Amino acid sequence: MRNLVIGAVLVGLIVLAALISFLWTPFDPTQVDAALRLQGPSGAHWLGTDRFGRDLVSQLMVGARTTLYVGIVAVGVAALVGTPLGVFAAAGPRWLGEIVLRANDLVLAFPALLLAIMFGAAFGASTLTAMIAIGVATVPSFARLARASALQVLSTEYVLAARSAGRTGPAISVRHVLPNIAGLIIVQCSVSFGIAVLAEAALSYLGLGTQPPTPSWGRMLQESQELLAVQPRLLIVPGVAIALAVLGFTLLGDGLRDRFDPRLEGARAQG
Amino acid sequence: MALLRKAGIFLLTLAIASVLVFAFMAVLPGDPAQVALGVNATPELLAQTRHAFGIDRPLPAQYTDWVGGLLTGNFGRSYITGDAIGPQLVDRFEVTLWLVGAATVVAVIVAVPLGTLAAARHRKASGTVVSGLSQLGAAIPAFLAGIVLVEIFAVSLRILPSGGWTPPDADPVAFLKGLVLPALSLGLVQAAVLTRYVRSAVLDVLREDYLRTARAKGLKPAQALVRHGLRNAAVPVMTVLGLQLATLLIGAVVVERVFVIPGLGSMLLDAVGSRDLIVVQDVVMVLVAAVLVINLLVDVLYTVVDPRLRRAR
Amino acid sequence: MLKVDGLNIAAGELPLVSDVSFTVAGGERVGLIGESGSGKSLTASAVFGLLSDDVSAAGSVRLEGVDENLVGASENLLSSLRGSRLAMVFQEPMTALNPSMRIVDQVAEARLIHRTVGDRAAAHRDALRLLEQVRLRDVAELGRAYPHQLSGGQRQRVLLAIALANDPDVLICDEPTTALDVTVQAQLLDLIVKGAKERTAALLFITHDLAVVATVCERVLVMYGGRIVESGPVAEVLTAPEHRYTKGLLDASDLETVDEGGRLHAIAGAVPAAGKFPSGCVFRNRCPRADEQCEVSPPWFGEPAHGHACWHPVGGDA
Repeated sequence: MRNLVIGAVLVGLIVLAALISFLWTPFDPTQVDAALRLQGPSGAHWLGTDRFGRDLVSQLMVGARTTLYVGIVAVGVAALVGTPLGVFAAAGPRWLGEIVLRANDLVLAFPALLLAIMFGAAFGASTLTAMIAIGVATVPSFARLARASALQVLSTEYVLAARSAGRTGPAISVRHVLPNIAGLIIVQCSVSFGIAVLAEAALSYLGLGTQPPTPSWGRMLQESQELLAVQPRLLIVPGVAIALAVLGFTLLGDGLRDRFDPRLEGARAQG
Repeated sequence: MALLRKAGIFLLTLAIASVLVFAFMAVLPGDPAQVALGVNATPELLAQTRHAFGIDRPLPAQYTDWVGGLLTGNFGRSYITGDAIGPQLVDRFEVTLWLVGAATVVAVIVAVPLGTLAAARHRKASGTVVSGLSQLGAAIPAFLAGIVLVEIFAVSLRILPSGGWTPPDADPVAFLKGLVLPALSLGLVQAAVLTRYVRSAVLDVLREDYLRTARAKGLKPAQALVRHGLRNAAVPVMTVLGLQLATLLIGAVVVERVFVIPGLGSMLLDAVGSRDLIVVQDVVMVLVAAVLVINLLVDVLYTVVDPRLRRAR
Repeated sequence: MLKVDGLNIAAGELPLVSDVSFTVAGGERVGLIGESGSGKSLTASAVFGLLSDDVSAAGSVRLEGVDENLVGASENLLSSLRGSRLAMVFQEPMTALNPSMRIVDQVAEARLIHRTVGDRAAAHRDALRLLEQVRLRDVAELGRAYPHQLSGGQRQRVLLAIALANDPDVLICDEPTTALDVTVQAQLLDLIVKGAKERTAALLFITHDLAVVATVCERVLVMYGGRIVESGPVAEVLTAPEHRYTKGLLDASDLETVDEGGRLHAIAGAVPAAGKFPSGCVFRNRCPRADEQCEVSPPWFGEPAHGHACWHPVGGDA
């Protein structure tokens, strides 16, 4: 319960910041002004400015958009491809399941960051290519989870009853399996969202993620890394933002898991 | 039998992966000869270079040339510098292995006791604190941890180098000193992730009936957990550790950047930057093969740890 | 040998076992019967000192030769008694053995923990002898096996061998045969009785099966709603029950006779959840004979070792 609340609040804050940034930011986050370089926090610039004189609060707000975009693309690809694959593998004929499992192992041989570098080399570095790569690399986790939980649902008595009542495989998958595994899939989405946010930060640091001038928390870190000694604020602000975002999505996932799977309450709830 | 089957699946996956890697590189836009020679090259020179690279041949022949070369230890020559790739690849791989190995040691040394503690005391404050810290640690990007560690230990305290690489045979002390910070920044973040899995695996084991049997024999709670619990908790933890190792092999590239370490990841990034496609192709293949080997080893280790799996598969 | 006095177990404010007292002498075999939820397993765990963290016990549990009360005793004292003077066999043979350890090592460990033997080789020999005592065949080969290669009956024999390893003075069996096939049950019961007799151990045998109590035990304690409601020699309690609950249990286990409607006998209603038992007599909401008097807790009628807690016993009002 506590996890769920903290996670929801953190995620809610990010969504709120992103939404507000469409309507209003204190300054133009991309506005470079040499006269305002490296200013400390003040009434006008609540968190100060970076070395190009850009307002930190504004960058943070617009960066929240990038963070959400990153997660939505990566998790969207992974969930929309992985879940049906997993369910087919469970509900379909044996050989199909075997093929999906082997394909999973094949994709697992390409870690997310490696795929992102390859995609970057092929299609040019951008947030979208990076996140599609992360999404593809995450497909196996969804396929595995969907297959395992679908197998569990398919072995329950009410599905056997539906079978004997003459319902066919696809109908059972849609009517019984999907609704029953939706909870776990949502949990996995939340956890994967956090991982995608971390991956974007790493890729932006390598120059393979979000490209200038679009503000992103990962790039804010990368642009200020040598200023840690003189202006630690410039790394602390985006660093804390990333950590809180990842923490928010992980806690939300844990909280939801306890909700959907009360057996684990107490075991993971206090994590 | 089961072992043969695993080995077969491993080889098949490796073969398909090599086709995928080759196909992916083959469809990339751009002519390596053009990249190597620049825009002013004459058509004759271009044709000559294409022939020298072997890329004027049909794709299947190119593929068999490449794989045949890999199998005999011939990784080809860089399109840009003309140097043999093999020796450099071996050097770089060794560096990355040191880094990943040290980071894994850090992760295991930190995560196993902490995760066990967090599980054994999950109703007490100390357990909650450890869980909370591990959750926070897992949310910090490894490169940020690296930058902060450099700032503290290299810039402020000046007790460790801020970067660079000394091979172990050149100067063992300098090698170890240089390894500490990269291994910590890579390992501590992994430790945070691993702690959570150790905790949940140990919690599962704590609820098992055989742990109650162990207590019934007269073992104290901690003794029962160590003698009967840890080995059984190892299977799920090993799965995660295997996945982590695979991720680390390439994830190390970020830390290699922070600490200017000449590992496999930076070789890949440099090759991508200069569009040296044959190097990209070789490095990707080596990384993929390494990941598959790790998965196979983990799979075999399972059956050593858990006797139930010996005949089942 | 074992003396339990005024044992209370509660989960926070919620009482689960109330004022349970009984004794078991060395060589005596006592049954503890009742439906699930009656508190019999909790009572056994409390005697054994293995209650889970979320429940607490009060009262006294005394073991002959030990000056301290086992309730609230230190983990050091309890773990030195467990497996040596106190032993327990649990209900679930399928999951009670460590899956990644060879059978013989799990038995030998019981001999090593309490330093009954000096070295591993001796413990190993003892383990094989113990496995033979519980009539397992080819013990040399079976000892090298892992639990998953054994049947449920075999595993329960291994667990019995572990329990008997250090010749305990008190042997507690918590539904040891419930998970087994009927044919396997009889052999195991036989082994338990023999094992306890040979060691003149006090046997506390927990079950919901009246037929099992009749075979194994000399004396029986009937539990309901966390209280002992009747006790006495098996022959008398099972043929001439006094408490209405015992009568109900006996009628329900009788598959030969039916009521006027042609149905088998059953106790009305179901066991309430913990904390939902009525005040006064805990059985009154399911008892056909209950009246206003039953709103007051019935005292104990008769001897501690043979008596009941019912205002309206079967043989006529108390």
